[in-house]
Amino acid sequence: MNLGRKNHVHISKFISLTVLIIIGLLGLFAPLIMPHDPLAVDISKRFLAPSWDYPLGTDHLGRCVFSRLLLGIRYSLGSVLIIQIVATLLAILVGAFVSLKRGIIDFLFIRICDILLAFPTLILAFGLLGLLGPSLKNVILALILTQLIYYSRLIRSLFIGINEKDFIQAARISGTSGVKLIIRHYLPNVWTPIVTIVALDVGKVILEIAGFSFIGLGVQAPLPEWGMMVNEGKQYIRQHPELMLYPGLAIVLVVLIFNHLASSLKRLDQ
Amino acid sequence: MYESTWIFCLKRIFTLPFVLLGVSILTFVFIRFVPVEPAEVILRLARVAPTTEAIEALREELGTDKPFILQYLLWVKGVVKLDFGTSFVSKLPVAQELLAKLPATIELAITAFVLILALSIPLGIISALYKHSIIDKIIRFFTVMSVSLPTFWLGFILLYLFSLKFGIFPTNGKGTLAHLVLPAFTLALPTIGLFVQFIRSAIIEELQQPYVKYAQLRGLKNSDILIRHVWRNAAIPLTTLLGMTLGNLLGGAVIVEQVFSWPGLGRYLIESIINRDYPVVQCYVLMIACIYVLANLGTDVLHRLLDPHLMMKDRRD
Repeated sequence: MNLGRKNHVHISKFISLTVLIIIGLLGLFAPLIMPHDPLAVDISKRFLAPSWDYPLGTDHLGRCVFSRLLLGIRYSLGSVLIIQIVATLLAILVGAFVSLKRGIIDFLFIRICDILLAFPTLILAFGLLGLLGPSLKNVILALILTQLIYYSRLIRSLFIGINEKDFIQAARISGTSGVKLIIRHYLPNVWTPIVTIVALDVGKVILEIAGFSFIGLGVQAPLPEWGMMVNEGKQYIRQHPELMLYPGLAIVLVVLIFNHLASSLKRLDQ
Repeated sequence: MYESTWIFCLKRIFTLPFVLLGVSILTFVFIRFVPVEPAEVILRLARVAPTTEAIEALREELGTDKPFILQYLLWVKGVVKLDFGTSFVSKLPVAQELLAKLPATIELAITAFVLILALSIPLGIISALYKHSIIDKIIRFFTVMSVSLPTFWLGFILLYLFSLKFGIFPTNGKGTLAHLVLPAFTLALPTIGLFVQFIRSAIIEELQQPYVKYAQLRGLKNSDILIRHVWRNAAIPLTTLLGMTLGNLLGGAVIVEQVFSWPGLGRYLIESIINRDYPVVQCYVLMIACIYVLANLGTDVLHRLLDPHLMMKDRRD
């Protein structure tokens, strides 16, 4: 019984991971697989039904929906990868710096975090975007900043949590310092909670990127981002609801997979 | 006992001006980073050719030609007199415009909040009582789905099904209760998922406590034990989620209002962002920070009142 359940969890993880890798590869090789140019407008081919030539039909400008979905993988997965990786690396730098220095720098850091955490993340990102102006680059920038605040505070407290441990003290006494101390001694011991939390946020960040594009603050037309595609599809909701359905399902699929994998990671961590 | 709670409140309220000061300085600094000149934007909006002289004249009028520090001090001076500047677009006082749009958003958020409590408490309890059963599995599947759905997309799916297909609810606008159902549900759903998960694990943990066994041995009815003891204890940590919930509702409202053409703060914010109406964005950010800090203070106080352990811990300190 127990064994069976364990196997079941492994199988669902295996499937999720496989699907994710396939989606990633599809995104990576999108230009080679796409049956049509996702930006090519052809009004004479508006709203075509699915066929061998156009697997998911065409949109209001006669563009191939399937090709647009494929290229859209790059925007959703690509941006989330950039955001989470850059935010984590910066957060490790900031968190390590303030936790090793302490004193006035640490004090100021905590105050600034308190001020910024006085916002719901989404509102903070909206505020930043409002000031920076709408574009994909700025969405990525705004989300890196909001994630950075949370992660650097988290990493700071993780580092401070093991500051007094014997192995850190031993390493310090034997003259290890700076970068080596962080990479060799601190990071290996706090790696799991960091990875888990960063992974748990991936789904949320994908939803946020899509939401920003949907509102018109992120990826701009004619580029095929999924949130943007939902936005374009909404005008034809009465006659052609499928134009809105496909990109939405794509988002749900990717977010579900990430949430599932991240929650397995969390269970491992516990 | 009351004293310590009062002092706690006062201390927290005392930090509010500092938070607001910090927020306003940061937004001001950010505006400086923006490569766009507000004067040019205003001229474009007014369909006036943005010549160098026209921009210079308008900059003088707006005060954006002055040094940064001076601009900030002038702004603070206005804020102290409750003057938050005027919108570039409508030329009306920003605070007045935002306050006019606040009630619609509050209406939406409160309805969503009621929905969250009304749905997640029974679902969470059922899921915990019948854990690992088929009902539990179904509920858990829906909670996982609810946090993985893009709200804007869900909004349109609901709109398509209930307004266009079955014609039960109106598609957009505001006024009657029927107008409120779809937007409020869309706004509530992701948070319902979080609440159900939280309540489920809190109740499961609480059911394992020895006092539950003792109460059962004393012959108390299971429903009594659940309502009088288990739920009460499990509900206390739920208060810690309230601050986050407010954040979810305010942030989510921006998107939901856009989907259902709900005339609230969120839609106004997006409009202002696209028009580069900085005074509006700045005032909005300040207002939300204010609401959020006060709401967090409120939940902390509530948490302390409900959980005597916390108060005792503070006394010992």
